[in-house]
Amino acid sequence: MQYFLNDEGVVIIYDLIKIIQDNALYLSEIDGAIGDGDHGINMNKGFTLCEKRLIAEQINLSTALNILSEILLNEIGGAMGPLYGMFFLGMSNACNNKKQIDSIVFKDMLEAAVSELSEIDLSKAKIGDKTMMDTLIPAVEAYKTAINHGKSFIEALEKMKIAAEKGKESTKELIAKVGRASRLGERSKGFLDVGAVSSCLILRSMADSIIRLLTNSLIDINLSREIEK
Amino acid sequence: MQRIINNPNDVVDEMINGFVKAHKDIIEKTENNRVLKYKKAPIKNKVGIVTGGGSGHKPAFIGYIGENMVDAVAIGEIFSSPTVKAFYDAFKTADSGKGVACLYGNYAGDNMNVKMAIKMAEKDGIAVKTVIANDDVASAPKEERNKRRGVAGEVLMWKIAGAKAALGGNLDEVISVAQKAIDNTKSVGIGLTPCTIPALGKPNFVIEEGKMELGIGHHGEPGIKVTDLKTADEMAEIMLDIILPDLPFVSNNEVVVLISGLGATPVMELYILYAKIAEILANKNIKIYKPYVGNYFTSLDMMGVTVTLMKVDNELKELIDLSANSMGFKQY
Repeated sequence: MQYFLNDEGVVIIYDLIKIIQDNALYLSEIDGAIGDGDHGINMNKGFTLCEKRLIAEQINLSTALNILSEILLNEIGGAMGPLYGMFFLGMSNACNNKKQIDSIVFKDMLEAAVSELSEIDLSKAKIGDKTMMDTLIPAVEAYKTAINHGKSFIEALEKMKIAAEKGKESTKELIAKVGRASRLGERSKGFLDVGAVSSCLILRSMADSIIRLLTNSLIDINLSREIEK
Repeated sequence: MQRIINNPNDVVDEMINGFVKAHKDIIEKTENNRVLKYKKAPIKNKVGIVTGGGSGHKPAFIGYIGENMVDAVAIGEIFSSPTVKAFYDAFKTADSGKGVACLYGNYAGDNMNVKMAIKMAEKDGIAVKTVIANDDVASAPKEERNKRRGVAGEVLMWKIAGAKAALGGNLDEVISVAQKAIDNTKSVGIGLTPCTIPALGKPNFVIEEGKMELGIGHHGEPGIKVTDLKTADEMAEIMLDIILPDLPFVSNNEVVVLISGLGATPVMELYILYAKIAEILANKNIKIYKPYVGNYFTSLDMMGVTVTLMKVDNELKELIDLSANSMGFKQY
């Protein structure tokens, strides 16, 4: 069974911070098209604050997720603050007492993240409403299906990445039904939904980081086998 | 970007700092640096009035903290909803035991953060009820009124509800009259230039030279249509053509008119627009009970204007007439 250690998982959060920082302007530009343009700035502010807090201590993935969640909920606000705050809180809770994070624990993390969102307004959003759910729901489904079909952790993550990307792209031709852009009706067509874009960046980054962790540990295992020989 | 700032990322905190220093007679800080309060709040036996929203709309929102107005405000980043914690702390700050009326605009982030903050306040035994302003006629069709944004009409909602609370109304009465105020209030905006969020450094949308955008939102959300730039008189007609049928406002109605610049339009031009608005309303036999002209609810450095009409009856007239003392709204 492939797994990585909760204790070495904080690198996932560092990678996430970097991705958001690198894409801050891009996200605000997308938001500016049919929203108010603050998405990238606020994401960047929240994730950068998190970076500063993380430096202080040696922590594991679940604690880092919890710190990120608290910053988004209590210090950032906006629409993404509560949404991603609850998203990462769900993830954190689902791996809180796990030493090893395998494909099943990560499935629980994804499910908890999405179900926490249903605590808030966006719960009403379904696939096709032009929101972050257009990325998240199919991506999580693709991951679960792969696991249920006996695919490996890495294979399932690859499936999740593809589905997230496809879900994100689908928002371009959609008419917004929920969320800020929904007031625009037809006029929202032709633009990507910024929540779908940022959640795609987040899932893809997490998947890449985990794949790297798993590959490294595979190399470690192979190396030790080599040495044993 | 030509701005009077230090670091673009610090504009909200630095603005709060200056605002508190300038209005010591009315405003006080709280333990939460993103919550300001009326210095006398919580006022014994009075329903607390709370609002909140993103920054960049001065005088909204903190400019309406004051006597017979708003008790506490949750402050967000530029164009971005305040946090759950800011709303929650504002509720605690404003509550005298009589409950809190949270009166805010219809934006996705505010809706989520207020909802979560109310859950937290419930655990403390603080009763919070809400009215969500949706006066922007251009932001969704009438059948989907619950999707409409709140704009400058919020100022009138705060004035009415603040007066009701000051006169001893209980929470349900304050909520009910705030709802009545906003239900009778309709607004529309015109944008002439885009606005620039300081941290972005450039506008994130475009209005070309010689064009105007009808129905633009307070954050530059796209409007109904982009047309050639019209004269002030033509703008007055176009805007009233959208507002009047929506309620509808008809002959013999009495209205409060609020004309607000969007930040960079000279106040002089607001009066040019008002002259025509008053003329058209007079021709339709709609009586102006009180006009307010100035920068009441702005959008950073956007050029443009919102026109807001509120139909008033005797109850609303009495409440609009009550004295008020805040930075953005003074009445004697």
